[in-house]
Amino acid sequence: MSKFFTSSIGQKFFMSITGLFLMMFLIVHLILNSLLLFGDGELFNQAANFMSSNPIMKIVEPVLALGFIVHIVYASYITLKNQMARPQKYKVANKAKASWASKNMYILGGLVFVFLVIHLANFFWKIKFGTVAAISYDGGQTELHDVYGLVVGLFKGWWWYDALYIAGAIFLFLHLTHGFWSAFQTIGWDNDKWISRLKVIAYIYAVIIAGGFAFIPLFFLVKYVV
Amino acid sequence: MKIKLNIWKQANAKAKGKFEKYELDGVDTEMSFLEMLDSLNEKLIKEGKEPVAFEHDCHEAICGCCSLYINGHPHGPGSETATCQVHMRSFKDGDTITIEPWRAKGFPVLKDLMVDRNAFDKIMSAGGFVSIDAGQAPDANANLVGKIDADKAFDAAACIGCGACVAACKNSSATLFVAAKVSQLALLPQGKVEAKRRALNMVAKMDELGFGSCTNTGACEVECPKGIGIDFIAKLNREYLCASFSESE
Repeated sequence: MSKFFTSSIGQKFFMSITGLFLMMFLIVHLILNSLLLFGDGELFNQAANFMSSNPIMKIVEPVLALGFIVHIVYASYITLKNQMARPQKYKVANKAKASWASKNMYILGGLVFVFLVIHLANFFWKIKFGTVAAISYDGGQTELHDVYGLVVGLFKGWWWYDALYIAGAIFLFLHLTHGFWSAFQTIGWDNDKWISRLKVIAYIYAVIIAGGFAFIPLFFLVKYVV
Repeated sequence: MKIKLNIWKQANAKAKGKFEKYELDGVDTEMSFLEMLDSLNEKLIKEGKEPVAFEHDCHEAICGCCSLYINGHPHGPGSETATCQVHMRSFKDGDTITIEPWRAKGFPVLKDLMVDRNAFDKIMSAGGFVSIDAGQAPDANANLVGKIDADKAFDAAACIGCGACVAACKNSSATLFVAAKVSQLALLPQGKVEAKRRALNMVAKMDELGFGSCTNTGACEVECPKGIGIDFIAKLNREYLCASFSESE
């Protein structure tokens, strides 16, 4: 057990577990974000205010951050070690048929990370530490932070943000097409029958998640800008 | 036909190697790839030049010696073939063929295209065996093995330990090799006795010898001359994780 944390399979196990955890977070995140598409934003504002004021979130938030950190730190360490396993590179790179995403997971992950930093600066930082305008409903009875206004303002005001968010979703899509089934393979939850099934499920999952996230800026782009 | 060759030349393990260009005329399409290299060496010897060192033995794809990385493919073109089964009909007149040794920290180059694959022997010594007393041949029905397990174990046992998986993997990972060996024995009653320790020790040895980790690209199963699938890697992961959480040593 002591060798587990430093062994190649042990390290991959942590990549897999944190990856699965982050993929569950993406589902919750997308469900909440999909409320942006309905009505005038009251529904989304209620959800956003509930999430930011909920005491459970005080525990979930650091756990989520830890999930990201472990995933990124292990990925960096494993990638570096794997690079060192081939000190002399080939003149002709290997031409075996393997998905592009599977061979470039670290680069894709890095791009998703860059997007994540921008995304956190756009919303999380402002909601957590900045000031978000208040909006009142029910004739002034309920007052909520207008997170909906923040989102719409961003996607309405600067078209390149829409493009950036769509690009982020594309990187995430590619990362998930490999990451999803790979996570199951790494924890051993796979066999000759399930490999092809998991790869199909991975694509379905990636299309729903990335497609969903890309649809939101596209929706506001069409609604306000075009 | 006439072919151009671009071959890695390296005097010894410590020397700095480089690619050497050769031209070879009169190559017959029915020649095997290794015969083509033999005729190149004959020519080089006649010219008083140093022949190209490469490894080969059985010529029937069971010894795993012929470790050549040809035009970006371990064991060259064609699926489920070793270098010794590649024929010159796979190439065209005027083709340039680049031949490199396996590239991995765990497989240091000895000379030209020959690498030291002793690392695989070391991994095998770490647990790739059954240490129970076999005694006399038991009755055929004394150890019952299910049909599916028997077939799977046989598929895994097809591994010839050539190292093509390491050569193909972008991480120089030996996981497919270890997976095949661990699975083959873990599926059979004689091998189950030491299954946990075997998985732990073989993986530890693989890591120690400087091979990378598996990132599930699947390049290894495409290039494997014996068609060993990455479902065995899932089995290895399962065996290793279960062993890590339950083996007391």
